Amino acid sequence: MATASGPARTFVDRFPSEAGVIKANLLVSFVALGIGAFFGLVQALHRTDILRVIDSADYYTMLTGHGVLLAIVFTIFFLTGFFHWATARSLDRPAVSTLYSWAWFGLMTTGTVLATIAILGGLVPNLGISADVLFTFYAPLQAHPIFYIGLAMFIVGTWLAGADWFLSYRAWRSDNKGERIPLQMFMVLTTMIMWYLATLGVAVSVVFFLIPWSLGLIPSVNPLLTRTLFWYFGHPIVYFWLMPAYMMWYTILPKLSGGRLFSDPLARVVFLLFLLLSTPVGIHHQYLDPGIAEGFKFIAMTNTMFLLLPSLLTAFTAVASMEHGARQRGGEGYLRWLGALPWRDPAFTGMALAGILFAAGGFSGMINAGMNINYLIHNTLWVPGHFHLTVGTAVALTMMAGSYWLVPQLTGTKLYSRPIGLLQVIMWFVGMVFMSNAMHRAGLAGIPRRTAEPQYQNFEFLTPIGSIFELRVQIALGGTLLFLSVVLFLFNILLTSLGEESDRPVDEYLPEPLSGPEGSPRVLDNLGLWTGIAVVLVILAYTLPLAGIIQNGGGLFGGGLPIPATVSAGLDFVTTLVTTTVNTLLEVAA
Amino acid sequence: MEIHTYEKLWLALALVLIVGFIGTITYGAAGVGIEMIDDEGGTVDPATLDDHPKFGDPGVEKTGENSYDVYVVARQFVFEPGTTQPIRVPEGSTVTFYVTAADVIHGFNVVGTNANTMAIPGQVAKFTVEFDEAGEYGLVCNEYCGSGHHVMEGKLVVMEQSEFDSWYEQQQQEGSN
Ligand code: HEM
Ligand SMILES: [Cu+2]
Ligand SMILES: [Cu+2]
Repeated sequence: MATASGPARTFVDRFPSEAGVIKANLLVSFVALGIGAFFGLVQALHRTDILRVIDSADYYTMLTGHGVLLAIVFTIFFLTGFFHWATARSLDRPAVSTLYSWAWFGLMTTGTVLATIAILGGLVPNLGISADVLFTFYAPLQAHPIFYIGLAMFIVGTWLAGADWFLSYRAWRSDNKGERIPLQMFMVLTTMIMWYLATLGVAVSVVFFLIPWSLGLIPSVNPLLTRTLFWYFGHPIVYFWLMPAYMMWYTILPKLSGGRLFSDPLARVVFLLFLLLSTPVGIHHQYLDPGIAEGFKFIAMTNTMFLLLPSLLTAFTAVASMEHGARQRGGEGYLRWLGALPWRDPAFTGMALAGILFAAGGFSGMINAGMNINYLIHNTLWVPGHFHLTVGTAVALTMMAGSYWLVPQLTGTKLYSRPIGLLQVIMWFVGMVFMSNAMHRAGLAGIPRRTAEPQYQNFEFLTPIGSIFELRVQIALGGTLLFLSVVLFLFNILLTSLGEESDRPVDEYLPEPLSGPEGSPRVLDNLGLWTGIAVVLVILAYTLPLAGIIQNGGGLFGGGLPIPATVSAGLDFVTTLVTTTVNTLLEVAA
Repeated sequence: MEIHTYEKLWLALALVLIVGFIGTITYGAAGVGIEMIDDEGGTVDPATLDDHPKFGDPGVEKTGENSYDVYVVARQFVFEPGTTQPIRVPEGSTVTFYVTAADVIHGFNVVGTNANTMAIPGQVAKFTVEFDEAGEYGLVCNEYCGSGHHVMEGKLVVMEQSEFDSWYEQQQQEGSN
C-alpha cells in the first residue's frame, strides 16, 4: 500500500510559519462555528415554538449572526486556511512572505470583528448599533456603517490572500518551467479567479452604494440594483464554499479510502467548468423579482442546469475512487466492497456521509433551479432545507471531517479521540436528516423561512403527510443533535491541540492519481484563456439586465426612497453612545 | 486524455438529463404558458406612492366582464388591502395583481399556491391568477422586512358572484361620496 512511503516529517515541521497562519485561520473559523451553531439551536427551538428564550424581534439579530458567522466566516476562514496549506504542500515551498500572510489574515479578522460587533450590537438595547439585515443585507433595510465597512475589509482580505497564493505559484513557476501546475495548486488558482470575478459585484454594491448611503452621504439606493449585485456574488459564493470540499473529495478522500484519485485531467476540467459557469447564473435567485425580463431569467436557468454537469462528474469520481480504494483493501462484489471501506475513520466517514446528503441536496436544488416550479417553494422553509444539505452538510461536514486529518498535521499532535469523532459525524448526519427533511416538507406546506413566529391568525398551514406539529418536533430535535455535534467537534479539536507532540501524528502522504496530467491537453493549464472566457460570459449574462435595472429603477441611486426609521446610522450612533455612557455614569454616581 | 468508458457513459447521461430539464421547463414556459414575474409591470416612484392614481388608493377594480385588477401596497408590516381589510374577488374571475412596496423589500404569497412574488420599492410586480371556487386564502409576507416581519399577514376572500357584486357596488358608492 502506498501509505508506507511518504514524507518523513509532518507539515508543521516542514512549514512552521505557514502552519501558524493556518492554525489562526482555523481558530477564527471554529469560533464562528461554535457561536453560529448556538444561534442555530436557538432559532430551531424558537420558530417551532418548542422553547422561546428570546424576544421575537431579536430572532432576526441572531439569524443575521447565524448566516454571517456560518455561511461567511466559518466557511471562508476554513477555506483560506486550507488553501494556504494546499499551496505550500502541493508546491512544496513556503509562502513568499510570512508577514504578508499575517497581514491578510489580520485584515480579514478585523473586518469580521467589526461586522460581528455591528450584528451583536442589535442585542443590546440603546447601544445604537445594529445590523438586523440578514446575511443578504437587502437595501433599503439598513445596517450600521461598520457592518458594511467590516464586510469590505473582509473581502479585500480574501483578495490579498489570493494574491499570496498567486505569488507562491509565480515563484514556483520560475523554478519549474514547463511543468504542469500541481493539481491542488490548480484548484486553488481557478477557485480564486472565480472569486475575484464574483466579488466584484458585492464590492461595487458595498463600496459605491451601501457605505455612502449608511453614512448619509447619498440619500437613497436602487433596491433592485443592490439586490442584483448581491446575487451576482451570491451564487458563485456557493461554489466558493463548495470548492474546498470538492478539493478534499478529489485529493484527500481517495487516499482516506485506501486508493487514489481516478483522473487528474478530469478534475481539472471540473474546476474549469465551475470557473466559467458559476457567475452568470445569479439571476436564478431572482425568478420572482419584478423589473427583470423573463428572457434573462431563462438564460440564468439554462446556465444553472449546465452547472449540474461538473457536480455530476464529481459524484462519479468520488464514488469510483472510493470503490477503487475499497478494492485495494480487498473489497469484492457489486456492492459488498462498501464494507471494506474504513468506516471507523471519522475523516473518511464524515466525508462519505456528507457526499450522501449532498446527493439529496442536489435533487432539491434541481427543483429550485426550475424557474416555474420555483414559485411554489421560493422563500419557504424548503430553501433552508436545501442549503443545510449543501453548504450546511456537504461543505460543513466535509470541513469538520477533513479537520480530523488536517489539524494533526498543523499541531503535530494525534487526534484526541477517533470514536468521539465518529460519533460526531454520525450525529450530524442523523440531526440533518431530521431537520432538513422536515424543512423541505414544511416548505411544501408554504411555511415561510426567516420568520420568528410562523404561526398566523388568518390561516393554518396544511401538510399532506404527517402533521405540522410533527415537522416542528423534527426540526427542533434535529437542531439539537446538530448543536451537540458541533460541541463534540470543538471539544475534540481543542483537546487534540492540547495533546502531546508525536513524530507521526497522522499519515499525511497523498498518492499520485491513477492517470496523471501528462496525457491531457496543455490548454487546460492556460489560466489566462479561461479567465477571458469567464469574463465574456459574465458580460453577456449581466450587461443588459443591469442596464435595464438602472434605467427603469430610477437610476443608479433609485430615487426618493426614505431612509427607514427603524435603523439608526452614522453619527447617530456616536450621540447615543455618549448619552448612554453619561447617563450610566450619572446613575452610578447618584 | 484517457477517459474511462463508464465515465463517458455517465457524461452522456448527465448531458441528456440537463437538456431534458431545460426542455421541460421551456415547454412549461412557452408551450403551456405558465406566467413568470418580469418587467411588464413597470416602475413607480415609491416616494410619491400616495399620489399615484392606483397605488394612492389601492384595491380591487373591475376591468371587464369577468376580469379585475387588484393593486396592493406592502409596507412594514401590512398589506393594503389584505391586512385590515381582506382582498375580495369573485369566483370564476381572472385577476391581475399589481404589487409594490412602500419602504423595504417584502414578499407577497397566497399561501399554498404559486401566486408568489417579491414586492420591491420602485418596481411593480404584475401577474394574473384565476380563482375558480369561492373560499378563503391566507396572505403572507415571505421576505424578511424588519422586526415585525412575522406579523405581516392577511386574507384573500374569493366570494360568490352576487355577494361580491353587492359589496363592490357599496364600495363604489362610498368611493364616489
Ligand atoms: C447547529 C447546526 C445548525 C442549526 C441548528 C441550524 C438551524 C437553522 C435554522 C432553523 C434556520 C432557519 C431560520 C429561518 O429561516 O427562520 C437556519 C438558517 C440558515 N442556516 Fe443554519 N443551522 C445550523 C448549521 C448551519 C451551517 C453549518 C450553515 C452553513 C455553513 C448554516 C447556514 C444557514 C444559513 C445561510 C441560513 C439562512 C439565514 C437567512 O435566512 O438569512 N446553518 N439555520
Ligand atoms: Cu444560486
Ligand atoms: Cu416581511
